[in-house]
Amino acid sequence: MADDRLVIAGREFKSRLWVGTGKYKDFAETKKAIEVSGADVVTVAVRRVNITDPSKENLLDYIDPKKYTILPNTAGCYTVEDAVRYSRLARAAGVSDLVKLEVLGDEKTLFPDTAGLIEAAKILIKEGFIVLPYTNDDPIVAKKLVDIGCPAVMPLAAPIGSGLGIRNPYNLKIIMETVKVPIIVDAGVGTASDAALAMEYGADAVLMNTAIAGAQDPIAMAEAMKYAVHAGRLAYKAGRIPRKLYATASSPIEGML
Amino acid sequence: MQNAIKIHVNGEERTWCAGATVSDLLTELDIKTERVAVELNLEILDRSAFGQRQIKDGDRVEIMSFIGGGSSSRGQHG
Repeated sequence: MADDRLVIAGREFKSRLWVGTGKYKDFAETKKAIEVSGADVVTVAVRRVNITDPSKENLLDYIDPKKYTILPNTAGCYTVEDAVRYSRLARAAGVSDLVKLEVLGDEKTLFPDTAGLIEAAKILIKEGFIVLPYTNDDPIVAKKLVDIGCPAVMPLAAPIGSGLGIRNPYNLKIIMETVKVPIIVDAGVGTASDAALAMEYGADAVLMNTAIAGAQDPIAMAEAMKYAVHAGRLAYKAGRIPRKLYATASSPIEGML
Repeated sequence: MQNAIKIHVNGEERTWCAGATVSDLLTELDIKTERVAVELNLEILDRSAFGQRQIKDGDRVEIMSFIGGGSSSRGQHG
């Protein structure tokens, strides 16, 4: 599958597993997990620099922006204004025009505020951003996001960090049939089979953080996720057999006594 | 310190000297200019402007950079 590249807004990505960089015990573990996962896109958050301890190491000392596509997010933003502000700060901090746009609706569910998301996306696209929106598993919203110029959409599998796996496979399938841009299933993956399933349904990539960073052995889980995403993609491309209620013998009857 | 002024840097009040620039502040704080974004009174500055923009009394400076995050993390260092 060497030529099975994911292309978004003219950028080519080798890996269909994208990973977050939060919740690891230290930067060394973050780096190791990302290396083992094979991901070439990593998400980061934008926050105040620690000015009381400036000697503190920086994440980007460990994650080389020349080697990985750094995807800043607007995590923690609950208003259009904040999401736009953080996006502009991310661009000013100098990585690229890419932003994973999050406008959250509620602290308990961390579900997206889709009305705010569309509004913020419009503003940022006008400013030249490449907006990858974290959205609900809602096909209508996904279509609207594509219509206003998002080059990919990132519907959730389940609430962020919940590990529940794909809660609404039918909606995800409808999104995959409805929009003609890459679909990156983002958030809610719990274990390898969840990621494989997302890919088997036809997702173009899967983004996860907690499922790896929160595992008892994050490095081992990073490796599991690499294979799961790869296997799921291969199975999707191979085309699965139809489901049938009754058995079909796989050994011939001819030649039996 | 001569011509001392009060400014806010990342939410904390600091005494600073009149006439100093954003670059001076970053140097003083030992922060590398690459990979940070600076917002001065809600205006995001171009990196090329760091050396010219003077910080005035009462100014609010935000120095931002990338930290570990996936989705909606509250953010954490290291």
